[in-house]
Amino acid sequence: MSQTESYLAHKGFKSWALTMDHKRIGVMYLVTTHLFFLIGGFLALLLRLKLLSPGPALFSAHTYDVLFTMHGAMMIFLFIIPAIPSSLGNFFIPLLIGARDVAFPKLNLFSYYLFVSGILVILISLVQPIDTGWTFYTPFSAENSAAVTTVSFGLFLVGMSSILTGLNFIVTIHTLRAPGMTWYRLPLFIWGMYGTSVIQVLSTPVIGITFLLLVAERLFGVGFFDPAKGGDPLLFQHFFWFYSHPVVYVMILPAMGIISEVIPCFARKPIFGYKAIAYSALAIAFISFLVWGHHMFVSGMSTTAGVIFSFLTFFVAVPTGMKIFNWIATLYKGSISLDSPMLWALTFIFLFIIGGLTGLFLGSLATDVHVHDTYFLVAHFHYTMMGGTVMGLFSGLHYWYPKITGRMLDERWAKHAWWMIVVGFNVTFFPMFILGMQGMPRRYAEYPAKYHSLNVLATVGSWLLAVGIVIMFANFIRSLNRGAIAPANPWEALTLEWQVPSPPPEENFEVIPTVTDWPYSYGKETGDTRGK
Amino acid sequence: MASKEKAGKGAPVAARLGIWTFLATELLLFGGLFTAYTVFRITYPDLFHQEHLKLNRLLGALNTVVLLTSSLSMAVAIAAIRQGKKRLMQAGIVLTLVLAAAFLAIKYMEWTEDFARGLYPGSNLFFGLYFVMTGLHGLHVIFGMCVMLYLVVQGQRNRFSADYHTPVEITGLYWHFVDLVWIYLFPLLYLIG
Amino acid sequence: MPDLTALQGTEASLASHDVDAVFIFILVIAAFFFVLTQGLLIYFAVRYRRKKGEPPAKTPYITGKQWLEVVWIVLPSLLLVGIFAYGVIIFVKMRTPIPGATDVQVTASQFQWSFKYPDGRTYSNELHLAVGKPVKLIMTSRDVIHGLFIPDYRQKQDVLPGRYTYLWLLPKRIGTFDIYCSQYCGTGHSLMRATLTVMGQNDYLAWEQSEKQKQQSAGASPKAKGKALFDSSGCGGCHSIDGSAKVGPTLKGVFGSTVTLADGKQVKADEEYLRESITEPNEQVVKGFQPIMPTFKSTLKDDDIAAIIAYIKTLK
Repeated sequence: MSQTESYLAHKGFKSWALTMDHKRIGVMYLVTTHLFFLIGGFLALLLRLKLLSPGPALFSAHTYDVLFTMHGAMMIFLFIIPAIPSSLGNFFIPLLIGARDVAFPKLNLFSYYLFVSGILVILISLVQPIDTGWTFYTPFSAENSAAVTTVSFGLFLVGMSSILTGLNFIVTIHTLRAPGMTWYRLPLFIWGMYGTSVIQVLSTPVIGITFLLLVAERLFGVGFFDPAKGGDPLLFQHFFWFYSHPVVYVMILPAMGIISEVIPCFARKPIFGYKAIAYSALAIAFISFLVWGHHMFVSGMSTTAGVIFSFLTFFVAVPTGMKIFNWIATLYKGSISLDSPMLWALTFIFLFIIGGLTGLFLGSLATDVHVHDTYFLVAHFHYTMMGGTVMGLFSGLHYWYPKITGRMLDERWAKHAWWMIVVGFNVTFFPMFILGMQGMPRRYAEYPAKYHSLNVLATVGSWLLAVGIVIMFANFIRSLNRGAIAPANPWEALTLEWQVPSPPPEENFEVIPTVTDWPYSYGKETGDTRGK
Repeated sequence: MASKEKAGKGAPVAARLGIWTFLATELLLFGGLFTAYTVFRITYPDLFHQEHLKLNRLLGALNTVVLLTSSLSMAVAIAAIRQGKKRLMQAGIVLTLVLAAAFLAIKYMEWTEDFARGLYPGSNLFFGLYFVMTGLHGLHVIFGMCVMLYLVVQGQRNRFSADYHTPVEITGLYWHFVDLVWIYLFPLLYLIG
Repeated sequence: MPDLTALQGTEASLASHDVDAVFIFILVIAAFFFVLTQGLLIYFAVRYRRKKGEPPAKTPYITGKQWLEVVWIVLPSLLLVGIFAYGVIIFVKMRTPIPGATDVQVTASQFQWSFKYPDGRTYSNELHLAVGKPVKLIMTSRDVIHGLFIPDYRQKQDVLPGRYTYLWLLPKRIGTFDIYCSQYCGTGHSLMRATLTVMGQNDYLAWEQSEKQKQQSAGASPKAKGKALFDSSGCGGCHSIDGSAKVGPTLKGVFGSTVTLADGKQVKADEEYLRESITEPNEQVVKGFQPIMPTFKSTLKDDDIAAIIAYIKTLK
């Protein structure tokens, strides 16, 4: 086998199923997670379709509950959490740090199969689909007659996969950096992935034990969350959010990493404030463990605890805001080309600012009481999660598509999809801010007629969004065969993955490169005013 | 593989960092249980005091001794293979395995006794915690035994030497962790003041 | 930006005005940063745009400015502390007991609200208050977690099983307002709505008087007792009495009818069937419905069940 043969050269099922190549495992995650993105998205369309009418329509309230639970659980556990780390992270971490593979390739493949077996177990639960919401609040989930136990077990496996992937990445980043690749020469995507991995390793076991206790409650009646036995239903919420808050940064940090790669490359400028962005990833990872209580301001938690959690919550806004200022400053006096990866990156910033600023209303105690558990919250997290993470993911997919597949995407169709998705997204989710301010609670199968017109608007938006997504995925699939052959470095980027052929050879680097500079020296040779 | 690069006498850096990261995860897993324990013990101190008297302290103490000894035999196995003494290593691991099995046997006796006296996980919060905590710990013991069984088979095939013994080292670290968890569980469950 | 009509001039309760002030305060700050960041983003993207195919222009090599980093750490931090402090002040005010408040016991159950006044009168899904009279809601749940949410009052509090949570209300405007369940609680969650009626003080006294009389005259007939229990136990949360299907089957005309069960069997709905449906609700589930009804074995005495059956018989 020649060194320069592409990682895609070998064909056949076995060559994929038993591969230990981080790139192939990355692609397998990419396909699996995006399958659930499409399924979850389809469920969302059904939900919006039902909400076209305020009264009973289309399907029963119970079916609606099942569908929003599946939409949430799939999107969170099977798509957003693994989407960037497990797929793009797996593919690009070794390439970006100049390594031949991750530290533990066998463990990597094992993690993938853990993920798949978790999915299979969850699919078994569909005989008695759960309607608990993705948050599984007790005692509702403990007394529920649906297959909560099965789902918990499936999610436990998915969580283990997530932990082992994070562990693998931490060790890889620590031990396998190419010679000369110091911490301050690491691409910012790696910093983001490092923060993410730390959170995965430290928070996922807590949701693991939470699900375990939930199962123990259901099977043996241990009563930790059952007030009738002296337990405390709020303890479940504390455990749940101790994981589920940090995990939103598992979702967003890698996306921020992608943005930090794309913006300098397409603006032909060095990233502004490298160290500030790098350390803010770690700061966010750290603070994220201290703010879980802001999901529980009206849960019955004490006022004092609410005040403390609110204060800490505002601290997360500081490093996050700093990142946004740094990205915008990077654009200043750049030479900006608006190719599709850049369009998505700018969209990320645009939507994430809205998501972030509306977070202020939720972090402030007085206003949170009103907007908590309403559509305001739904809009906020869709702006941060979909407008943030997913737009960052799209940026990464468009940026790295040539490297992964060896083909260029059709730029014209990519832009058509971009228009549709940006318009569709805002028409879908912006009305939800207003609905929430007017008091419409979330998870409502039927709603008072006064909220009707905005719901219709949101549903129409969901159709635009769906059309855009379909165009985009059609472009992904069509370009696999019809796209122009990609050169090694179509964007003239400086990170290491672009210095090898597209698609990369199986061993990544014929010779492990020696790194002499950071990856953001855009304009250095021509440049003048070297700042500090 | 790249992970075979060496760093001094012990296991390669990657394996070491990997197992420590894994133990951090484990710590947080048990951390959840210890948090629940703390919350409920503060809320119901009397219940915890009364109920813990129903546990068999003698068997609990015996198990502590058994597990501590197994940690020692594991340490012997690692020290042995570092010097290339393969037979001593095998003996150390087998002894650890036997002690781990003894631990589980004693645990089984305890649980049987509890069930016979009508003490179940659903009886009250204390016994809920007792069964979940010792159960989860027991699962870790079983997992450790599986890994040690694998080590014995590999050792039989002469896979380990003074130059390569990473799996033994990291299993040892894992086993000490399992031991450590018990060191906390024993006083928290059996010796409430 | 968001529609402010929802927030204007709605001094419906003591808290609502203050909360709206915080909302507007944050909105102003958010709007400033929105315009600043989005403006710069779009301006830079347009101003420094390079046409397709053009080679990159010469760009300055700027890697950072320390003082700028300090500015955009310190300035937002200060504003954030301001937002935090304002939010806390109002939040604490919202949770401070109002002296002289009347206690109203609120019991939430799937999927119904029950409000009990100090004199024992209990209402299902209806809360009547007098304008200007403070009220303390003492809330608990019979089953899962619910959330009492009055959008016009900007007030919300989760309602938990096994403990009490509180809300202090001071109505300031006459009118009717919506009460929603804000914490997802199952199939009937979105229908778990109640109405808050705020009356003038004289109207309220008159209403209270007539309600008390009604209660006395209803006296001891089992049917009236059954209806009261039907309301206070939350049956109406799932079962309509007008023939429409809710989470559970309607009870209109159920007595004496033939019911088709989930397993296809047909049974006659007699007294024993109704009794079993209350004590062992998931034994014989009607076709097309979920087995989700909780048992009332421990909460209702035999007399109570008999009274409820007597009431159900009247639902023709």
